[in-house]
Amino acid sequence: MSIREDQSRFKNIVKGKVREDFKRFVTNGEMIGRQENELIKIPIPRIDIPTFRFGSKQKQQGVGQGEGEEGQAAQGQGGSGQGQAGADPGEHMLEVELTLDELAEILGEKLELPNIQPRGTQNLVTEKTRYSGIAPVGPEGLRKFKQTYKKALARYISSGSYNPEDPVIIPIRNDYQYRTIKKTQKPFTRAVVIYMMDVSGSMGDEQKEIVRLESFWINTWLKKHYKGLETRFIIHDAAAKEVDESTFFKTSESGGTLISSAYKLCQQIIETEYPVNEWNIYPFHFSDGDNWSGEDTRLCVQLIKEFFLPRVNVFSYGQVESKYGSGQFLKDLQKDFSGDERITLSQIESRDKILDSIKDFLGKGK
Amino acid sequence: MANLTLELENERKKIETVAKSYGLDFFETIFEIVSYDQISQFASYGGFPVRYPHWKFGMEYEQLSKSYEYGLSKIYEMVINTDPCYAYLMDGNSFMDQKLVMSHVYGHCDFFKNNIWFSKTNRKMMDQMANHATRIRRYIDRYGYDVVERFIDTCLSLENLIDRHSILNGPPQFKEKKPELRESDFVFNVTKSYMNRYINPPSVVEQQKQQQMEKMKGMTQFPSEPVRDILNFLVHYAPLEEWQQDVLNIVKEEAYYFAPQGMTKTMNEGWASYWHSTLMTRHILDDSELFEFADKHSGTMVMQVGSYNPYKVGIELMRDIEDRWNKGKFGREWEECDDVRERKNWNKKLNLGQEKIFEVRKIYNDVTFIDEFLTEDFCVRNKLFVYRMNNDTGKFEVDTRNFKAIKSQLLFQLANFGQPIIKIEDANFENRGELLLHHVHEGLDLQPNYMDETMKNLFVLWKKPINLITVMEKVPQLFRYDGQQFTKHNLGADTPEQTSLPIDND
Repeated sequence: MSIREDQSRFKNIVKGKVREDFKRFVTNGEMIGRQENELIKIPIPRIDIPTFRFGSKQKQQGVGQGEGEEGQAAQGQGGSGQGQAGADPGEHMLEVELTLDELAEILGEKLELPNIQPRGTQNLVTEKTRYSGIAPVGPEGLRKFKQTYKKALARYISSGSYNPEDPVIIPIRNDYQYRTIKKTQKPFTRAVVIYMMDVSGSMGDEQKEIVRLESFWINTWLKKHYKGLETRFIIHDAAAKEVDESTFFKTSESGGTLISSAYKLCQQIIETEYPVNEWNIYPFHFSDGDNWSGEDTRLCVQLIKEFFLPRVNVFSYGQVESKYGSGQFLKDLQKDFSGDERITLSQIESRDKILDSIKDFLGKGK
Repeated sequence: MANLTLELENERKKIETVAKSYGLDFFETIFEIVSYDQISQFASYGGFPVRYPHWKFGMEYEQLSKSYEYGLSKIYEMVINTDPCYAYLMDGNSFMDQKLVMSHVYGHCDFFKNNIWFSKTNRKMMDQMANHATRIRRYIDRYGYDVVERFIDTCLSLENLIDRHSILNGPPQFKEKKPELRESDFVFNVTKSYMNRYINPPSVVEQQKQQQMEKMKGMTQFPSEPVRDILNFLVHYAPLEEWQQDVLNIVKEEAYYFAPQGMTKTMNEGWASYWHSTLMTRHILDDSELFEFADKHSGTMVMQVGSYNPYKVGIELMRDIEDRWNKGKFGREWEECDDVRERKNWNKKLNLGQEKIFEVRKIYNDVTFIDEFLTEDFCVRNKLFVYRMNNDTGKFEVDTRNFKAIKSQLLFQLANFGQPIIKIEDANFENRGELLLHHVHEGLDLQPNYMDETMKNLFVLWKKPINLITVMEKVPQLFRYDGQQFTKHNLGADTPEQTSLPIDND
């Protein structure tokens, strides 16, 4: 059927478009805001063939029917704004709905968590439960008719009471079969990702937004591809604290910057909760690189060198262009760790560079 | 072709007979039972089994099949305007559903055959669509998929630039030629050159030339009057390769084929609903199916608070007309009557209702239909209102229940499909062969980014700069795309354009 060709052509265009203009989407802050029930609506540009039409802002009136005084809210949305009444076939605005997972897939086709290793003790397994088993007892809602019938039929035949002329089969209690859960066990590689974000005063709103978007996408993508991935979130200014995911993506604070505070907290978390031989560990740190003092920076370098690098798989640092120019921290790290594969450094100049930066972090696949 | 079950075929015959007895008049109607996947396919092809390859159909299909799979919507019925009429029934629908759909379809078929706006449509469109598909496939084979697809995209971008009012006459044929000085009009052929100055005396030639130039001054406007049918104009005058011209023509033909359906949506659905309701409740429905019917019927008719349903408005208006003409609620006497009680009990027992609605379905379209038959009584009874977005609260609010406001809002939406009215003002703008378009501004601005893209597409066809006069944020402006960049000029009071090119601004 040729519709299939058209469909796959369309899908290819959409996917191609998503890829081509992807930076646009990633940097579109609205995207996070617009997710409802994990479903993201992405308006695909230019797949909606441009025509001369009225601006959307002005369309917002029409004729409706129902109760309500003048000035009262009309419930529901108007269905007959201009352009909708009697539209030609195929003229409506398209929004492609992608789940976060699908989006992460598109984003993540070329990405992977670098240097991941099978770690974890032998007895560490995940248990999955699926309704694939059969049991002689269970709730009636889960009774399997076919199996029950088969068993009853077998009983009839083996007892010789089956009459092909009058094939009535009446199951008795013993014939009943029910679906039941079956547990399957899988060994898995455990990994933890620790996000650290600088929320100090030197980070402007734009910088924070960039960091949030980048970590949001990294997080979305990693969650999709690594089941059972643990994530931890740390925000810091002059002092660091651990927060939950939603706080991480929302908080705005201000204060000085002591990067070491975050590293120390991170160190503490790793030491107490994530033994190196059982976990793949990925710290991500985002900052504008405007550290308080050279001394603190030295402390950070020392921490990375002595604590993190021997323990973690990859240490990632992303620096956003600060409104006061680019911070020093990135250069300090470059000086000390250039060529070291266990550390990834990335500079994020603007929103447009987010995707490149994500590729810096995850595109290596060492 | 018809693959109805015996049971359905019996019902179909019954419905057909009853429908005819009411005076419905339709082409032979062939019903086919198809799966949801097929119906989604047909629907994305605009009802046809074969269309040219294009991703937009895939896009439709993707949406339709997905929304069916997720249980968001379901296509009950589809019928296309051809002779014979083809209609699709979805398998898995209940027996009652199928009867309802068949009754509804006969309403549509009658409308297609008799409404004047459909009179010029190609009833063999099924074949025509297949021919279009073949031609475009051939171009794809010759010029490559991407090239042809891109060109189709360009054409589709201009798809709405047709003159819906030319439907009754068929698309106009352009015979105009660009005015140019032709010496052959006054210089005679001379075989013997020495005779030349006697046959064509220089002074006379010069005089003739002057005269023609004088005449042409009044004719330099090309086209001589503004053209609404931009698509057709481009087919005739844009410097296109043959295959491109053909593709553009295909897009134009299909746009014109579908245009009457958009122009009569409210009437057509109202008419079909009127008839499914009449046929089902009076003849076809089995007692046991009553509740199911009531459920389905009201499901179709539901006016969600704050939205407009052409089925509902259509059927109510049809019934209102029938009732008014049955009781004689029309004419001067009725209009001039102010007595509420008298008006309420008005009944002259004319019983002209049926006759009137048959006449209405023949000669009206949505605009004239609403304009003529939407009455204040009707608006009050059906609780119609105009809603508006309140930008402070971000919610839709009931703006007014004023009859005139409702009517003008409805008419505005229906007229030209709620599309901007754009005309070609001059195809030789600035005497450089540039295209000058004029957006007749009715209070709504064009969407700027779409406007730019569409102008780019126009440039692809016209190959010379595109100019557009419109009003943007209350300022009359001239936008120009020269193939590389956009420029705009405010058409303020001091610019000469102001006088020669007046801006409608109501």
